[in-house]
Amino acid sequence: MFEHLLSPGHTACAGCGQSLAARLVIDAAGPNTIVVNNTGCLEVFSTTYPDSAWQVPFIHSLFENAAAVASGVEAALRQSGRIDDIRVIAQAGDGGTADIGFQALSGMWERGHDVLSVCYDNEAYMNTGVQRSGLTPLYTSTTTSPYGRVLPGNLRPKKNMVEIAVAHGIPYVATASVGFPLDLQRKVKKAISIRGPKFIHIHVPCPLGWRHEPSLTYQIARLAVETCLFPLIEYEEGVLTGVHTITAPKPVEDYLKLQGRFRHLFKPGNEGLVSEIQKIADQNRERYHLTKKVENGSH
Amino acid sequence: MKDFIEGSEAIARVVALCKPGVISAYPITPQTHIVEFLAEMVAEGKLKSQFVNVESEHSAASAVLGAVATGQRVFTASSSQGLILMSEVLFNAAGMRMPVVLVCVNRALSAPINIWNDHQDSMALRDSGVIQLYGESNQEVADLILQAYRLAEDPHILLPVMVCLDGYILSHGYEVVDIPEEDKVLGFLPDFNPPERLDPADPKSFGPLAGPEYYMEIRHDLHQALKRALALIPEVATQFAHIFGRNSGGLVEPYQLEGAEMAIVAAGSVCGTIKETIDTLRAKGKKVGLLRIITYRPFPEEEIIQNLLKVPMVAVLDRSISLGATGPIYCDIRAVFQGQKPSPKISGFIAGLGGRDITPDTIMEIFERLPGSQVSDQFIGLKDGD
Repeated sequence: MFEHLLSPGHTACAGCGQSLAARLVIDAAGPNTIVVNNTGCLEVFSTTYPDSAWQVPFIHSLFENAAAVASGVEAALRQSGRIDDIRVIAQAGDGGTADIGFQALSGMWERGHDVLSVCYDNEAYMNTGVQRSGLTPLYTSTTTSPYGRVLPGNLRPKKNMVEIAVAHGIPYVATASVGFPLDLQRKVKKAISIRGPKFIHIHVPCPLGWRHEPSLTYQIARLAVETCLFPLIEYEEGVLTGVHTITAPKPVEDYLKLQGRFRHLFKPGNEGLVSEIQKIADQNRERYHLTKKVENGSH
Repeated sequence: MKDFIEGSEAIARVVALCKPGVISAYPITPQTHIVEFLAEMVAEGKLKSQFVNVESEHSAASAVLGAVATGQRVFTASSSQGLILMSEVLFNAAGMRMPVVLVCVNRALSAPINIWNDHQDSMALRDSGVIQLYGESNQEVADLILQAYRLAEDPHILLPVMVCLDGYILSHGYEVVDIPEEDKVLGFLPDFNPPERLDPADPKSFGPLAGPEYYMEIRHDLHQALKRALALIPEVATQFAHIFGRNSGGLVEPYQLEGAEMAIVAAGSVCGTIKETIDTLRAKGKKVGLLRIITYRPFPEEEIIQNLLKVPMVAVLDRSISLGATGPIYCDIRAVFQGQKPSPKISGFIAGLGGRDITPDTIMEIFERLPGSQVSDQFIGLKDGD
């Protein structure tokens, strides 16, 4: 019937990283899946009445409660004895995961529900017009943290959702990127084979919000990983078991220069800002052992 | 089976008889005993239900929304701040036509923080599309829960239903309550079988975005569903009386309104006090009566007009206030008589906020003031007077 479980014809922007990731996720999860979605671009462009692009059962309630709704869906499946046959995915953007949706997500993880949570991280509240979120990187220009004469853009680094997830003691936590689609799907399949709460944090470029050419989505996603700004890692039972190694990390400029949201960083005098971003990349590299040379298999 | 038990326990026992598959709640005084009784039943294996201990009321309502969408009967309960916190979800549930049944143990709203009884919490939900029923006694509240499931799950309704009871007065009060037998419950309440649900065998999408070209029709449908409930509620009450042998629920209850010169309109447990006061006054020859509101939303306009049209003076006793205006019930009743001939003189009184006691003296005072000039927001029982 349909080749994909998120079928074409929805109204996402050209080059939308989230729509690509969402299709990869649901295709990997398969038809025996119930999807619970927070408010954001994804549910807007995929379920504008009277149409829906979803070939699996789908529910959107509010902005901050996908994890709580999913907890209820999971409990209902458990009650009817179908929890072994049907998977539940609770998905959200950065706001629905790290900010407004954080409480419900933390509660769901703490209670141990058998749900895969997915974050589509495009690093700002895109659906409402590119406002900063807790996952907006340092010095990004957004509409509520614009670059101006007095301020250099967003003043805080990304909230580390991966470590927060690991701290909840959940069995599987991973990062993924639309620049690495097969890796993403492998992780989704692995996650849904594990019982209990799982979290996959997916990096998804947004051509509109990041101000880049729509045709560059894939390359930009790859550059985020290759500069060590977005490490691809896996934690199982709290232990770092998977790391995508970067043989020769690229300088952060290669990534930043392609995006209008970082254009101000290339003004003369702002070199210090770029160095701070490079430092973040270097810290990631060290923390997660991202480069080839690794001592006695410490990952 | 009759038992002398706390209101909260009666509620828990009746909820258990309805066999909800998923229960989710967050504690708040004075609702706590209800969910604690239910938790105990689950722990003892007496109730086979998923009990989801969520981290806030917003999540409690969200969890039951997800569960009911997946085809399970559900239950939640709250009060005051908790009800207001879950209100976003309740508005959403009504719009999504989710038959969530919840209990509101009526408690005042902050600020100041106050854990005692008034109706400010449930009144704040009156625009939401959630059906609101007010019980006068623990028996009626228990009966209303059974009726609530029947009503909510009716395929022509499919709306959230909230059963309200006065905090502490009813929730923590002990009464003899007749808890129905299981076989009678099965005869009255069929299994939950929603027409639409989340199921991979037949994938559907819930909760779409509806633009200006679609939203208004969908909301109109919702309004019509609430109006359909006006016809179904008395039917359900009649069916209930037939199976269980007592009158509970319905839209309104007239009490001693025949030939009444003055009537009070009120909701909830205060009606017990009002009925006693009326008995005392009637014995002295005063022609007074009560119209008890049982269903507040949908608003039973016809029944109110029918019962009060010939009463020259009507006092509405609100246990809440739409701040800056009048009591909510007063506001609705006053509007209903616009253009009616004859039309009673209708005065609005505010009493019993934050657990301030309403006594027979309070009711007497209202009857004494009613013949005077018309008032719309007269506070009764203020320490410094008003």
